[in-house]
Amino acid sequence: MNKVMSNKWVITIYILPALLLVGVLIFIPLLLSGYYGLMDWNGISAMEFIGLENYITAIQDVKFWESAWHSLLLALFSTLSLVGYLAISVILASRIKGSDLLRKIYLVPMLLSSVAIAQLWIKVFNPTNGMLNSVLMTIGFENPPAWLAEPSIVLFAIFVPILWQYAGFYILIYYAALKNIPETIIEAARIDGATPLQIAFRIKVPLIMTVIKVTIVLAIVGSLKYFDLIYVMTGGGPNGASEVMASYMYKLAFSSNDFGYGSAIGFLLLIITLIVTIIIRKATATKEEIQY
Amino acid sequence: MQRIGYVILYIALALVALFQVFPIIWLFMFSLKDNQEIFSGSPFALPAEFRWENYVTVWEGGIGGYFWNSIWITGVAIILTVLFASMATFAITRMQWKWNKLVLGLFMVGLMIPIHSSIIPLFNMFLNVNLIDNPWSIVITYTAYNLPITIMILLGFYYTLPREIEEAAIIDGCSIHRMFFRIILPMTTPIMSTTVIINMIYNWNEFVFVNTFISSDEYKTLTVGIQNFIGQYMTDWGAIGATLIISFLPILLAFLFFSNKVVEGISSSAVKG
Repeated sequence: MNKVMSNKWVITIYILPALLLVGVLIFIPLLLSGYYGLMDWNGISAMEFIGLENYITAIQDVKFWESAWHSLLLALFSTLSLVGYLAISVILASRIKGSDLLRKIYLVPMLLSSVAIAQLWIKVFNPTNGMLNSVLMTIGFENPPAWLAEPSIVLFAIFVPILWQYAGFYILIYYAALKNIPETIIEAARIDGATPLQIAFRIKVPLIMTVIKVTIVLAIVGSLKYFDLIYVMTGGGPNGASEVMASYMYKLAFSSNDFGYGSAIGFLLLIITLIVTIIIRKATATKEEIQY
Repeated sequence: MQRIGYVILYIALALVALFQVFPIIWLFMFSLKDNQEIFSGSPFALPAEFRWENYVTVWEGGIGGYFWNSIWITGVAIILTVLFASMATFAITRMQWKWNKLVLGLFMVGLMIPIHSSIIPLFNMFLNVNLIDNPWSIVITYTAYNLPITIMILLGFYYTLPREIEEAAIIDGCSIHRMFFRIILPMTTPIMSTTVIINMIYNWNEFVFVNTFISSDEYKTLTVGIQNFIGQYMTDWGAIGATLIISFLPILLAFLFFSNKVVEGISSSAVKG
């Protein structure tokens, strides 16, 4: 038995396809990204080694910091929206009839591609014929804004479909966690005279803290690398008003052919994501996990 | 008092549900209208006449080709991902070797990385081996990037399989490959179907890789295809609506039939990160 199950050839055959694909197509490119960041390179002619110049340029690049700021705003906004999702999940998990159907309905936008969501919301936000402005004009607003063309509004307008896309996902996770709490604990609290609000805030929420921390990391990291929807909806415009880190990087490489600088930004994106993940993990780490 | 409270809660939950589905219903309704009706009528009105010809027009206008590309690329990538992930998970969880924890850790790190950090070198790699503008670059990229999450979903199930199965198979003189393909793999069908669903949603909806690696129209998948297509039909809302609904239909059908699997798959992908 042991001899069969520790046959080196068999292990190699079984692990190699997956390991090769992940190694060659994920890990090597990641390392190369840092290396290309040291080059002056337009993607066609030979690379020229320029040391840390691209990274220094990035640090002084106002556009990069603006896009980083937008990514950060998105991260902040996504984290705050978790409170709302948590509230909905607490209600949903407290003996509501039809909760199974409701959380499935909430999930539907998550199944759409980012391109479809972007195209749909371009229509919703359409200044003259979109759903939003049609409604606003019917109820008396004479000049509702052109949501996606207004530099001061565009970023916040884009937050709405992002919220719309992910609401069901987070509700689903919280709901599952809340349903995992043993009924006996809730029952005991009720007998001791705890009100529904006390049960929600003092018992349920603290008990699913581990899951909440995971979702905070997901929301922040997901926001920092957010790309598709913004790229399709506004292309980062107007005039960079909705540019985020990933869309800025993508443009540098595939529109301006500045592959060296683009790689440097891509590598910074990786480093920032990793650092932020580690910081949140450390900051929210508890000494002991709650037992029940 | 408590009853009033419940009514308010239900209304709140129903409003959220409305916010979540109404844009899609609105999309479906305008996919059956023409511009004149969309621009002059109320956005909430049912189509005066159901213009299914919008669907025929866009399908024949090029969406059909993108649709088939999406189907075969999604399908082949799913088969490769689930097969390779199952093999790797089997080796990691069931076989005895020194570095299994290290290799597993490597796959788990793969869950965290932002794809945009690797896309420029990946593009250059494919350029050097002549795989740019070749749909196989997309198939292997999807396979690689979905392996970590697929392995992670499979992992728990493989750990719980009883050792006795393998012992019995080996005592009966079964080869290890036969044991894996004829005994273990069929036993993991429930969890495999969850990974199939989650891979299907990811692959079907993926945009960045296709947008970067594919330039010929004949190889584009739906997400990138509709992006170009909508450029052409920019002013015809009915056609745009029909295009978007067609692109959503396969996933919606999967959701209607296997909603529990979808829910399970999406919640297990949460542990990612």
